[in-house]
Amino acid sequence: MTTQPRADAIVVGAGIVGAACARALAREGMLVTVVESQFVGGGTTAAGMGHLVVMDDSPSQLALTALSVELWRDLRPSLGASVEFDPCGTLWIAEDASQLDAAREKARAYHAHGIACEIIGPSRLAELEPNLRGGLAGALLVREDAVIYPTSAARWLLDDARAHGATVRESCTVDEISDRAVRIGHEVLEADVIVNAAGPGSVHLTPGLPIVPRKGHLAITDRAPGFCRHQLVELGYLASAHVMTNESVAFNVQPRRTGQILIGSSRELVEWDASINRDVLRQMLDRAVQYMPALSRVPVLRTWTGFRPATPDKLPLIGRWGTIAGLFIAAGHEGLGITTSLGTARLIADLVAGRRPPIDATAFAPARVLTPSVVSH
Amino acid sequence: MTPSDAELVSADVLVVGAGPAGIAAAATIAESGRRVVLVDQSPTVGGQIWRHRHGSTPPAAARRWIARLQRSGTEVRCETTVVDLYASAESGLFSAVVERGTSAAVIHAPCVVLATGARERFLPFRGWTLPGVIGVGGAQALLKSGMSFAGKRVVIAGSGPLLLPVAAALVEDGARVQLVAEQADGRAVARFALGLWRRPATLAQAARYRAGFLGAPYRVGQWVTAARGAERLEEVTITDGRRERVLPCDTLCSAYGLVPNIQLARLLGCRVANGAAVVDARQETSVARVYAVGEASGIGGVELALVEGQIGALCAIGRDGEARRLHSDRASLAAIAAAMEQTFAPREELRAIATPDTIVCRCEDVTMGAIRAEWTMRQAKLYTRAGMGPCQGRVCGTALEFLHGWHADTGRTPAEPALVSTILADRSGSARPATPQGSAAHD
Amino acid sequence: MSSPALVAIVVDGRELRVPAGTTVAAALLSAGIDTFRRSVTGEIRAPLCGMGVCYECRLTIDGVSHRRACLVLAVDGLSVSTTPAGAA
Repeated sequence: MTTQPRADAIVVGAGIVGAACARALAREGMLVTVVESQFVGGGTTAAGMGHLVVMDDSPSQLALTALSVELWRDLRPSLGASVEFDPCGTLWIAEDASQLDAAREKARAYHAHGIACEIIGPSRLAELEPNLRGGLAGALLVREDAVIYPTSAARWLLDDARAHGATVRESCTVDEISDRAVRIGHEVLEADVIVNAAGPGSVHLTPGLPIVPRKGHLAITDRAPGFCRHQLVELGYLASAHVMTNESVAFNVQPRRTGQILIGSSRELVEWDASINRDVLRQMLDRAVQYMPALSRVPVLRTWTGFRPATPDKLPLIGRWGTIAGLFIAAGHEGLGITTSLGTARLIADLVAGRRPPIDATAFAPARVLTPSVVSH
Repeated sequence: MTPSDAELVSADVLVVGAGPAGIAAAATIAESGRRVVLVDQSPTVGGQIWRHRHGSTPPAAARRWIARLQRSGTEVRCETTVVDLYASAESGLFSAVVERGTSAAVIHAPCVVLATGARERFLPFRGWTLPGVIGVGGAQALLKSGMSFAGKRVVIAGSGPLLLPVAAALVEDGARVQLVAEQADGRAVARFALGLWRRPATLAQAARYRAGFLGAPYRVGQWVTAARGAERLEEVTITDGRRERVLPCDTLCSAYGLVPNIQLARLLGCRVANGAAVVDARQETSVARVYAVGEASGIGGVELALVEGQIGALCAIGRDGEARRLHSDRASLAAIAAAMEQTFAPREELRAIATPDTIVCRCEDVTMGAIRAEWTMRQAKLYTRAGMGPCQGRVCGTALEFLHGWHADTGRTPAEPALVSTILADRSGSARPATPQGSAAHD
Repeated sequence: MSSPALVAIVVDGRELRVPAGTTVAAALLSAGIDTFRRSVTGEIRAPLCGMGVCYECRLTIDGVSHRRACLVLAVDGLSVSTTPAGAA
C-alpha cells in the first residue's frame, strides 16, 4: 500500500533515545523511518531533568555514561540554542563523614576512568553554592557534567536525522513488531532493522522486556537566577535510585537557563498512574528544603510526573532481541535516558553495522533477560 | 516558617471567590448557622464588578449583600489565594491549601462552592505588551483600586456590554476617552439591544452609561489592529475591516469578553464543557458536594451570579424547595447571557491581527511565529515554553484556544504559583483538624 | 464625604503618598511609573489585567519577590522594588 521506498531501518519511538538512534543510523547512510505515537519528545523525555551525568553504580554504567557525556560534549558546538546546553557540572553532596568517604570512592572510580572531578570541603562548597545549608561535609564536583533541555534535544537530533534522509511519522502508533516489520493499523512497514526505542511502552511491543514504569515527580519554580549554579544531588540519591522498593525521594536540584529551579526527585512503582501524589511531592520538596532552606520562599509554578523505564539490573537493554528477526532493543534507561541516548545510539549503530563498539556492550545485551519461559514463546 | 506554623481551619462549607456569587452563597449558607469560610485573593470583597474605590459608594445591591455577608457570621479571608484543592478519600473532606503573603493555611470542609469568577480574554496584536495597554475589566479594576485616569487619552476597543460602564467610569475620573470601539457588528448589537425590551431597567442602565461618555464616539464593527510607542503606548491603529486610522493615545483598554476561571474545578475533576464548569439544576458539579456558581459555571453577569449563588447555597444546605423558586429568574437571565455570548463573540478577523513576531505568551516572550497551528497546547508548551510561566496559560492559553482552536491542557497542582513553604504546610496526611462543634454538615 | 487618609510607601527609594485603599499597582501607575518588570527578552512591562491573572505587575514588596502588586494594598511603610529580587 505504501509507495515510498522500503526503509533500511524503522525506529519506534521519537523520544531522545529513538531520536539519537535514528540520527546515528541515518548518518550511517541508512534510510530511516521513525514512528512515534504522539509527538517528538513528548513522553518520558519531556518529563526528564535533562541532566547529563556520569554515574558509577556499576562499571558498565560508568562506561556508558562516560562515553555519552563525552559524545554530548563533542556535539555541543553543533547544538541549537533551544537545546540550552549548560555545562554547569554536578555537585554530589555529602552530608556527613561517611558520605564524604563514599564521595572519595566515587572520585577514585571516576579518576580511573579519566573523568575529571575533585573533592571539595565545606567552605569551598559554601562559596560555590551559598544557598546550601551549613553543616555539610563537602561534595564531589564533576565539572564536565551538564544540563540540556530534553525535548528540544530530541527535536534537534531528529532534525539532524531528517537532514540525512530520515522520515518522521508522528501520531502514528505501532501495534505490533514482527520479523523485520512493524504494523500500524492495517499498514505494514518492512525494514531489515527495527529498533524498539519506545521507552516505558516498549514492553507492549516486545513482551518479555523486563521494563517497568518508575514514576517520578518534578517541580519547577519561578525565576531565581543564581540561586544554584550546579546540578546538586545528594549522595544518598544512589541509594534511592537503585533500590526497587516503593516510594523514595532524594535531593536533586537543577538550575535552568531561564533562572528557574528544577526540583526532583522521586521514585515509585505505581503502574501508570500519572497523577500527582501530594505526599510524595511534599516529601520531595521537604528533602530539597532540608538541603537548601531558602527554597522554602521560592514559588513553584508547575509540577508534573514522568515514567522512567526501569530494569531489574539497572542497566538498559541495548542490542538484538533474538526471537524477532531484525529487532534491536534500545530501552530501559531508567533515569539516565537523556545522558545515555547518544551512547546507546552509538552502540546500536555499531551493532547494526557489525562493528565492535567503543565500550563492551555485553552487559546491555537484551539476551541476558531471556529466560527459558520467554524463549519458548 | 515551619510546618507547625501552618494554620488548620475547619468549616462546613468553603466558598472560593468573594464576588457577587460567592457573597450570595456564603451569606445564605452562614445565615443557616453553618460555619462558612469565604476566601478571595483580592484585598477586599466584591470581586470585579462590585469593587469600589475607597471613599466612593458601591451600588445598592452590593451594599445590601455585603452588609448581609458581614452579619451572617461568615469568616472572610481576603488576600488569600487557593493554590491547591483536593478531596481526601479517607476523610471525605475537601482540603484547600491557601496562601496569604508568605503564610499558609489548610481549610478542610465537606462541601465547596466554587465562585471563582471570570477573567478577560486577551488577544494578541502588535504592540499589546506596551505599558499603557490594559484590559477593559482591567481598567475598571485599576480604577477602583485607586489608579487615576485623569487627563489620560484613552481608547477602549474590545467586546461586550462591559465597554459601556468602563467608559463612563473613566470619563467620570477625568479621562479623555477618544473612542469606544465594539468589535461586534452593528446589526448584531442592535438585535441584542432590541432583545432586551423585556428588561427596560437594563436598557435604561445602558443608556445612562452611554450618557456618561457622550463626548466620545461609540462605534461598532471596529477593532484595534496595532499599538505603537517607544517605551510606552503612544498611538493605536483601529480598523473597520476596510479602512484603518491611527489614534494618538496613552491608554488602550482592550479585551474580548470573559472566560470562566475553572482551574480549581478542573483540579477537582469536575466536568467542564465550553470552558465552564458543568452543573445541574442545583448548581452542583459532577463531583458530589462541589458547587459552581456565577461566572465559573458560565458567563452571565451580576444578576445571574446572585441567583446562582443563592440556588447553589440553598441546595448545599438541603433547601432545594426554596432554591426552585429562583429557577425562572435563572432561566431568563441565562437566556440573556447566551444571547450576549453569541452577539459579542470575537470575530474571525481577530485571528489575523497578530503577526509572526507578535508575542503571544507574555510570561515567556513566545511569538506567534514560534507556534504552529497544527500543534496541541501541550506541544506548544514543551516546544516553546508558551504557557509555562507564572500565569499558567491564563492569558496565552485563552488566546491560543481562540486563535488555533486548541483545547486547554489538563491542570495540575498548584492552581496558582505557590511557595514551597505553602505546599509543605499541608500536612493533612499526618495532622487532622479538630472536628468542628455543632456542625450539621458532618456525619 | 471626607477624602481618605494618605499612606506613604517607598518605591525604589522614592516616597509615594496615595489614598488608603489604593493597591501598589494603582499607586505606581498613578505616579507615572510604567516599568514594573522586564520580560524575558527585556521588554518593559506594566499591569495588563489588573486582577491578579497576568502576573505582569510582579514586584518585590517588603523583601518578598514575585508578588502581584495589583492584589496588595499600599500601607504605611511598605517598601517596593521594581527590580524583582535576583531576576535577570
